[in-house]
Amino acid sequence: MSETLALSRIPLDQYAELLGASEIEELRALAKPLRGRSIEMINSTAVGGGVAEILNRLVPLAEELEINIKWDVMKGGEDFFEVTKSFHNALHGAPYHASPKDFEIFLAYSERNRATLPLDAEFVVIHDPQPTGLIETRPPGANHWVWRCHIDLSHPNRTVWDFLEKFVSRYDCALFSSPEFSRQLPIPQYLFYPAIDPLSEKNCDLDPQFVSQVLGRYQIDPQRTILTQISRFDRLKDPVGVIRAYRIVKRYFDCQLVLAGGSASDDPEGAMVLKEVLREADSDPDIKVLELPAWAPLEVNALQRAATVVIQKSLREGFGLTVSEALWKRKPVVASAVGGIPVQIIHKHTGLLAHSVEGTAYQIRFLLSRPEIATKLGEQGHQHVKENFLITQKLRRYLTLFLTLARGS
Amino acid sequence: MNAAETPFEFVTVSYLTRIGNQSAGTLAELLTGLEHCSDASIFHHTFQTLGSHHFLTDGFSNDFAQWALSDTNRNDLAEQLAALDIRDYVSIAALRSDLCRVVGEYCAAYPNFASQSALERFYFCESVEVTAPLGRNARTLDEFREGIEHLSHSGFYFHFISSRLRLQLRTNDFSHWLADGLGLKSLAQSVDHIDIYTNTLDSARAKLLRLIDREGRKA
Repeated sequence: MSETLALSRIPLDQYAELLGASEIEELRALAKPLRGRSIEMINSTAVGGGVAEILNRLVPLAEELEINIKWDVMKGGEDFFEVTKSFHNALHGAPYHASPKDFEIFLAYSERNRATLPLDAEFVVIHDPQPTGLIETRPPGANHWVWRCHIDLSHPNRTVWDFLEKFVSRYDCALFSSPEFSRQLPIPQYLFYPAIDPLSEKNCDLDPQFVSQVLGRYQIDPQRTILTQISRFDRLKDPVGVIRAYRIVKRYFDCQLVLAGGSASDDPEGAMVLKEVLREADSDPDIKVLELPAWAPLEVNALQRAATVVIQKSLREGFGLTVSEALWKRKPVVASAVGGIPVQIIHKHTGLLAHSVEGTAYQIRFLLSRPEIATKLGEQGHQHVKENFLITQKLRRYLTLFLTLARGS
Repeated sequence: MNAAETPFEFVTVSYLTRIGNQSAGTLAELLTGLEHCSDASIFHHTFQTLGSHHFLTDGFSNDFAQWALSDTNRNDLAEQLAALDIRDYVSIAALRSDLCRVVGEYCAAYPNFASQSALERFYFCESVEVTAPLGRNARTLDEFREGIEHLSHSGFYFHFISSRLRLQLRTNDFSHWLADGLGLKSLAQSVDHIDIYTNTLDSARAKLLRLIDREGRKA
């Protein structure tokens, strides 16, 4: 029923070149009391999505520290995933009419998975709402259970949250990506940031020739200013607002706009948003709307590296890791002050925050007219990511959590 | 070479951020939060934030000042909050008292601003600290230099910044050991004068190593 994933080894020392040998040595020192102790990570998908992407890197790195860690994926049928998708949207605040049948399906799959998953590690980390109900038969005090919530719970649908809260309250602690997302709970709640991997295809250094090739492929002129937003075609990412901001900037600066995201072909809502974007672009040759196949990580990397200014004009955001990706590449970023973005963009220090189309345009104009400030923000943004949003920092945070739980705090 | 009886033991630190139950949407609410939040919360938003944002050397001092600036647009209050130097404090109680005084006086002087809604809320968080020995120690100045050179930012922060509260002295671990362990009082004082607000952890370390090298050349 469930599946334990076997992952390829990632030598931790590869990160020493980027971060310094002392950082890696200190990770080993922190991990020493946890050597040989068991951790089980559980989520509901092995591929696709940010959680699987992070676990794919985090689990092998923890193994490098001699921790006995495994990643299990809970199984569900189509009916289960339909229910949990509705739960997911409802927890984000979307309207939802709960039916008793939905809760029955959720509980039935939780019970089936409990029968097949080991759930006996010293530390069990459950990711997101789908496997939350696995805690139901937890023997009291036997091991430590952690609930990691990757979604924005600031305005959840009451019925769904009330149902899930009964389970969440039985965990030893809950982890959220922003204080705004936390709830009133009887258990400790900690801040845990998502992370990027500096060695992954999306973030590794690129040969400038490859970057030029990518620009050539999409007829983007490297000699002119490039404004870029990388996001799926989703209204919450406000691509139409980005085009409006670009038009204001264009009155003062010659520039091109790149809007790049995953293909919208299998996403009806995405396809509709893409149409709206193309309508707003109105065949402007300086607006490049790019549908990238399966997110093409190397191309995303190249487009971010080629940008003069990176934009993330979301109306709502979980964490917005594309911001960290751009900052890691030392890019000046103008982004909306929503969700986890203000954690990454410390206004006037690691980027500029905006609250409207006009504000976004103004901040872009400011950066284009003050390139020395843009460079400084990009450099400080890089340092901020290095200190706080890399996969190695995430590993360090997990070690600290497990040590804290083990000592009974 | 002069050797200390008690070795300097190098340690690293790691923090979890615990989300508190309080938040503030106005300056008046910030004042209430400051009065009632835990000591771990005051530590988190002043001492710990300085370590995690050490690379910002042009005006970032603590989370309260940054929020006053970016979310309430009160530059004058932000300046006063940023001017509170954690080196002047050996207890969280004293630091809290001054934070409350600055915000309280501002709210009293400008009651309209005190109740004005901020762009984003301020969330009070707490630091939960875990330390780990690095298994390295130093008895001589050379060993000490080598140990400092091989510390990560976290380790350096622990000994150089957060140690002030632990020691309950107006100094840091490095200066304390240089003076007490090796009797190098003048070097200890110079090290303690390195400005932690205008330096990054890297540039502070580089200055410290230069001071040690200069001392070594004297011997």
